[in-house]
This record gives sequence, C-alpha cells and structure tokens, in this order.
Amino acid sequence: MTASADTLLRVRDLKVDFRIDRETTLHALKGVDFDIPSRGTVALVGESGSGKSVTALAILGLLPEANATVLPGSRIEYRGRNLLELAPREMRALRGADISMVFQEPMSSLNPVFTVGFQITEVLRKHLGLTARQARARAIDLLREVGMPEPQTRVNAYPFQLSGGQQQRAMIAMAIACEPKLLIADEPTTALDVTVEKQILGLIAALQRQRQMAMLFITHDLALVAEVADYVVVMREGEIREQGSVEQIFEAPRDGYTRALLACRPTLARRPRRLPVIDDFLGGQPRAADVEERPRGLRGDEEIILEVRHLAKSFHFREGLLGTKEFKAVKDASFRLAKGKTLGVVGESGSGKTTMALTLMRLYPASGGEVLLDGEELLSMPPEALMRYKRRIQIVFQNPYASLNPRFTAGQILVEPMRIHSIGADARERHDLACRLLEKVGLPESSLFKYPHEFSGGQRQRIAIARCLTMKPDVLICDEAVSALDVSVQAQLLNLLQDLQDEYGMRYVFISHALAVVKDMADQVMVMNQGEIVEIAGSDEIYANPRHPYTRQLLSAIPRGWRGTAARSGR
Amino acid sequence: MNTGVAALSGVYRPASAGLWALAWRQLCRDRVALVSLAILLFYLVLMAASGVGLIAADWPREVGVSYAPPGFMGPEAAAPSVGPALEPDAVAASPSEDMGIVDPLAEALAEIRKELAGVSATEARAPTLSFGADKWGRDVLKKAIKGTETSMLVGLVAAALAVFLGTVFGAQAGYYGGRADDFFNWLYSVFTSIPYLLLVLAIAAVLDQKGILTVILILGLTGWTGTFRLVRAEYLKHKVREYVLAADAIGASNRRRMFVHIFPNVSHVVLVQLSLHVVLFIKSEVILSFLGFGVGVDTVSWGSMLNEAQSELLLGKWWQLTAATIAMAVLVTAFSLFADALRDALDPRLK
Repeated sequence: MTASADTLLRVRDLKVDFRIDRETTLHALKGVDFDIPSRGTVALVGESGSGKSVTALAILGLLPEANATVLPGSRIEYRGRNLLELAPREMRALRGADISMVFQEPMSSLNPVFTVGFQITEVLRKHLGLTARQARARAIDLLREVGMPEPQTRVNAYPFQLSGGQQQRAMIAMAIACEPKLLIADEPTTALDVTVEKQILGLIAALQRQRQMAMLFITHDLALVAEVADYVVVMREGEIREQGSVEQIFEAPRDGYTRALLACRPTLARRPRRLPVIDDFLGGQPRAADVEERPRGLRGDEEIILEVRHLAKSFHFREGLLGTKEFKAVKDASFRLAKGKTLGVVGESGSGKTTMALTLMRLYPASGGEVLLDGEELLSMPPEALMRYKRRIQIVFQNPYASLNPRFTAGQILVEPMRIHSIGADARERHDLACRLLEKVGLPESSLFKYPHEFSGGQRQRIAIARCLTMKPDVLICDEAVSALDVSVQAQLLNLLQDLQDEYGMRYVFISHALAVVKDMADQVMVMNQGEIVEIAGSDEIYANPRHPYTRQLLSAIPRGWRGTAARSGR
Repeated sequence: MNTGVAALSGVYRPASAGLWALAWRQLCRDRVALVSLAILLFYLVLMAASGVGLIAADWPREVGVSYAPPGFMGPEAAAPSVGPALEPDAVAASPSEDMGIVDPLAEALAEIRKELAGVSATEARAPTLSFGADKWGRDVLKKAIKGTETSMLVGLVAAALAVFLGTVFGAQAGYYGGRADDFFNWLYSVFTSIPYLLLVLAIAAVLDQKGILTVILILGLTGWTGTFRLVRAEYLKHKVREYVLAADAIGASNRRRMFVHIFPNVSHVVLVQLSLHVVLFIKSEVILSFLGFGVGVDTVSWGSMLNEAQSELLLGKWWQLTAATIAMAVLVTAFSLFADALRDALDPRLK
C-alpha cells in the first residue's frame, strides 16, 4: 500500500526487544512496517509468539517498561506525530480518546468491583469532561448501540452478572465511548462461543462502518479475517511475512507461510487423509495424501466398546439458610462408541461436554445412569475393582499448561502411570517404553529429563497423549485437546491422533467447540446444549443435513472464511 | 541428546537438569542468596561444633573479672567498684546487724567463702576479654556461641514441628473437605481462640519441666495454626486443578495425589512458613525465657542473654546485649533472604 494522505497510522521499522534475563534478549519485533488507512480495517494475523499483540501494545505505548525496549529508528506516526516520542501525559490523553482497545478476555479486562456503568462513565468524564448525569445517559446510549439488552438496568450490573458476550459488548462500549479514530481489537472473540463470536464480529464491523473508524484487528484465525478485514498483514516470529489486500491474501497468497496457515485449518468442505502442516509449505510440495479424502462414518455393525445409558450429573448449591439449589449439568445422556471409531462431541461452553466426560470416567461422582465398558458397568463398581478399569479410559485435557504437574519431569510423568498399574517389569523396561512412546508422539528422548515449562504448548499436549498411551487405553477422551493451540500445531496433533487410530485402532471421544475440527476427526457427531444431547448423527450427515434447530444455529455461526469478493459485499 | 527445545519464552535451555540442579543454578546467579547461604552455613557449622563440644564447651568458666570490657576498649573502662571481690565483704558485713542472733550457718559459710576466695585467687582473672564478660566474668563471645546453638536448635526444630503439623493437618482438611475439614477447623478454632500466652502457660504446666525439649514442644504445638490455614487454602485450590484430575485419571491414590502431586506445588508456601517460623520461634524463645518458661539456668540462649542484659544496660554494660543482638539479627536476616531466594529458585512457573 502506498502512503497516502488518507493514512491514519504509519508504522515504520518497528523493533522491540524483550529482556528475558541477563544474557538473553528476545527480539519480539524485527522491523515491522505497515499502514492503517482511516476508515479501513487492517488485520494482523499470526500465531502465538508472532509479535502481533506486542505491535498493538507498542502503538498504545503500553509495553512493560521494565523489560521492553523500542529500538531507535522505530517510528509509529499517528497523523504525522511520532507516538514513540510523546510525553507520557500526551500519550495518556490520546489513549482512550483517539486510540482505544478491546482486549481478548472480557472477564479479566473489566474491573470486577465496579459496575459496567461506572467503568464507561469514568472514560467519558475523564476524556470528554461530561458531568455525572450526562455521562450516565451517554453510557446507556452506548450500551444500546452495542446491542446490550435492557441497557437501563444493565448499566448498574457488575461484570460477573453479565455473560461473556455481554461483557465483551460492554468492553466495546467503553472503547468507542470517546469516538476513537482507531480501534484496536486484540483477539476480541477468541474467548467467546461461536454463536456469540458471530454476533460480536457483526457488531464490530457495523460500528466500524457507522463511526468511520479505522480498525486494527488482531487474530490468529484467518477465517475471521476474511469476514472483517480490508487489508491483511501476516506475521511470524516478529517479522511480516506478507501483506496485501484481503483478496490478494486469500486468492493469491505469495508467501509459503500464508499458504500454510490457510491450508492447515480443517474446513467443513474437505476431509483430507492427513492435514497439511507448515513444514509441507515451507519445505516442499504438499504430500499426495493431502488430496485424498478420508471416509468417515459408521456402517452400523461395529462392535461397541463404550456404552453410556441415561448418564446424569447434578451439582448442588446452598441457597439461603437451609435450601439447596440443583443444577443439572448433564441430563440423561445416552450414546455408544464403536471400536476403532471417533465420537465427536460439540457444544458451546456450559453445555456439559466436559462434565459428561469427567462423570463417565468417575472423576466426578455421577448422579445417575450407567457406563458400560466392554459390557462391565463402571459407575457402581467398588473402588478396588475399578482400578483395573480406570486405566482403560483415559483423558487428554484442554489446557496443556495445567494438566501436567509442573514439578514432574516428562519422564516421571510417563513412568508414574506404569508404576501405578504395574506395567513393565522394572524401571529399565518402563524407561524404554517411555522412550518409545516419546518417539511415537514425535519428541526426542532428551525430553525425558525436562520439566513441562520447558516445552511449548503443542509439545506438552504430546506428553499428555503419551501419558495416556502408556496405559494402552481402550477409550481416549480428548477434551478440547487441540483448542488452545495454534492452527499449525493443531494440524500436527490432529495428524498424530489420526495416525494412532490408524495404527492401533484407538477409539476417541473427541470433545470440541470447533465444528470444523470435529468434522475432520469424527465418525459420529453428538451435539450438546445445556446438558442435553440434542442430536447424534453420522459426521457427514449432520453437517449436510442438520435436523435440530440448535445444530443449524451452530453450523450457521461458523466463520466461513474467504468466499470471494461477491460474498463480502453483503456483510 | 540436548537438542534443546526453545521454551515459550524462546530461551534456549540445555536439557536434563533436575529441579534441584536448576534451583542451584538459579541461586548461583543471585549474589544475595549466596552470601546468606554462606552465613547460614557458618552458623550451622558453629552450632554443630559447639554441639559436639569443639568450641565454647567451657563457657561457664569465670575467666574474666566481672563485666570485663571488650578487648578493643581497653581495661581502664572496667569499673573496679563492682565485682565478686567486693561481694564477700558485703556479705560479711551483714551478720554484724544480726541483733544478737547467732547465725548457725556462719561457720559453713566462712569455709565456703574461703574456698571460693582461694579458687579465684589462684586463677588469674583477665581484665579484658575479646568481647567482654558478664557479671560472673564469663566470656560473652563463648556465651553467644553456646546461645547460638540453643536458639538455633529451638528455632529449627520447633519450626519444623509446627510447620509439619500445619502441613499435614492443612493437607487433610483442604484435600478431603467435609468432615475432615470440619474437624481440623474446629481444632484450629480451639487453638486460636485461647489467648496465646495462656495456651503457652497451660502447655508448660502440663509438661511440667524446664529445658530445650519443653520449649520446642510448647512452640511446635502452638505454632502450627498459621501454616494450617495457608496450606489448607492451597490444597483447596490445587485439588480441583487439571493435573490432579489427570493424576486421578491414571489411578493415583488419594495419598499419592496429596503428597506426591500437590505437595511439591505448594512447597514454596511451606518453605516460606518454615523460614518465618524459625525467625519467630527464635524470638519466642527469648520471650519464654523472659517469662521463666524458657531454658533452664544451666543453659545459655540468646533469650537468657538478653534477659540478663536488661539490668546490665543500666550499668552501661552493653556488650552482652550487642553480642546476642548481632548474632540473632545476622542469622535472622540471612535466613529470611535465603528462604526468599530459595522460593524463587524452586518455583518452576517463575522461570
């Protein structure tokens, strides 16, 4: 893009270093150049560690002073003024009024002890000098504008009284309160459910058009970019790999990394035998397996390994002095899992997916129902007898940062279940098995002696999978096992899980909120809503022909990615 | 080997270093920690040496004149008017006012006096000592060393006992919840609802004997409450964490989850508690000694030294106070700083 008079913000040769300790410095940004036109939307796309959030913080002057340095020669020009040279007081005046930001986590970016109204009026009174009464009226108007239901009452609500989507609406109201020229949205929908994501995305796009703002939209998800952006900047490891108009990026990506990002993401349209990974694009040609489609679904005569009948789980809360309140997290869940197949479970947060999984493993006590593993009822089994069955259902949790004990080395993590279940004759044999499994999940043997914090998220998830494999489980539950990971890493892990299924006939219960990922992995898909199973069907069938209205609603909310210029005109 | 994986932060880290090796490497980078560690080791060596009688075994010997000043001040500062030499005269003067009653012990006393005078006469008393002498002419430096042994022993063992009790109780209460939690909370409430000194006196009365062991038991049995509350809170927080669920899923028993999985993750709390309690109990021992529930008269501790120093200070004899205070302050400071550094080094999430 050429620098024109219409450019609102101009970033030139932005270099930022982070000091990690005395010897090591991380070059977070290695010379970044891009422009944001007034009234245009620029999307900054990249995976974790690409420097996209650092760029946003640098523009706002919010980099941590203790260890971040902006190198000389860097320029961030806003209407001709270099923001990096402004005094802190001038910068504060600019921030919130001219440039404002919407953060990723609405729950942690709103102050929990103040009402939403107070937090919006604070901005108005500080920057626009309104009186309390004027500010309050304005806050209600703003909440109405961002589509908050009942703004007159909600203005007095505390953040915890609002849902995630409503909190994000309140954050947006706060950000646009002073009619900023530039809105920076840092992953504004990542923490939200897919149906809410669609609404918030629509809201942001509409506000941007109505208010003639420029927007910097930061995301890891290229599908979202296609829906909102005019101009795309692809970043990796502190460098810009490619930038161009949205048409160019999606239709004729020049850079291998951009092409990889576009291809790694599972889509609803195709189901390749093996998902392409970044190395395929940066190294050489896509492999032949990528073009072949993988058949999915059940024939109907498969042997059943796991059968769940009328599983129920309720939580009880104390209410008042004596009363208790019952919350039914899972209601009457019944399904069957066939040998060598994958059951996908989809649903939004709070739909009871995880609770169901933990209950059927007896990690939570069940309130009712039966779980049959190979014909044996698990829920009524005495604890001693259960030990033999415990090993047969295993789970990989969502957050690889929380599910590995930080005080155990990878080796200890892998050997422990073998010791508990007396797998392997002695320490030597267990060590060898651990090495073989590490190799299986694609980690070097030296990983045995490292602690979880020394691994990246994807590597940690591989260790978690290897831990489950030590026990040779009959059923492996993957609870959002790839959701916290970058798309490229996600593709690698999905391929790993698929390889294990091809090799050992693993059975998966694959829980995810990402419908495209489930389509890629599952033979059968189960849709949950508010603790109930609303629909179970073959995976091709459910996406082609959803019967339940909730399933249809879910499917319609998925960001479709790039569908050509024509499709965008109606956005 | 050592392919090295860039961690999240992008730092290259050579592989296969254990937790303690990593902690040690971290400590070596921290100069304050190393200095405090050296001081701590010095105290421990001192304690061990005095424990086995290598040094300061002869601390009760009266080697100097009463209130002999520290060597660097010179002998002229010594006040000749006060001292054991004058005491016999004072005692001898008193029978003259006995209103005609014959003292039945007069003969025996005279003999003892003669004996004492003989002993002190044969022994040349030093006019100054390296860090002065107390009222009886005992070397303050040796007293301080012997006191270090007593005080550190009391502090370390009592703190270990208190923190151990607090950790075990807190782990049970926090992990199991329900009845176990109710029971330990009740116990906690009972212990904290009784005024501290009353509780200490009650336990002292029950144990009914003076000595180091008594002091340790008193402090250990009353001091666990703070640790209990913190550890309980940590266990409440950790027992629902995913890694504990994961341990449950692989079939780890309750006790294994409690002490093998959760404990290392809350050990920094316990460690800080331990260091705080060592410091606290060293000070508590002083208070107990002052109240007369501390160590016996045949033992010296910093507490008994400070107790003696009260009256000495009025006479301008500051050295005993100084010696005990310096010994205590240096140890307490070094211990706190080292515990802080150790906690940082042991916390894998901070790295």
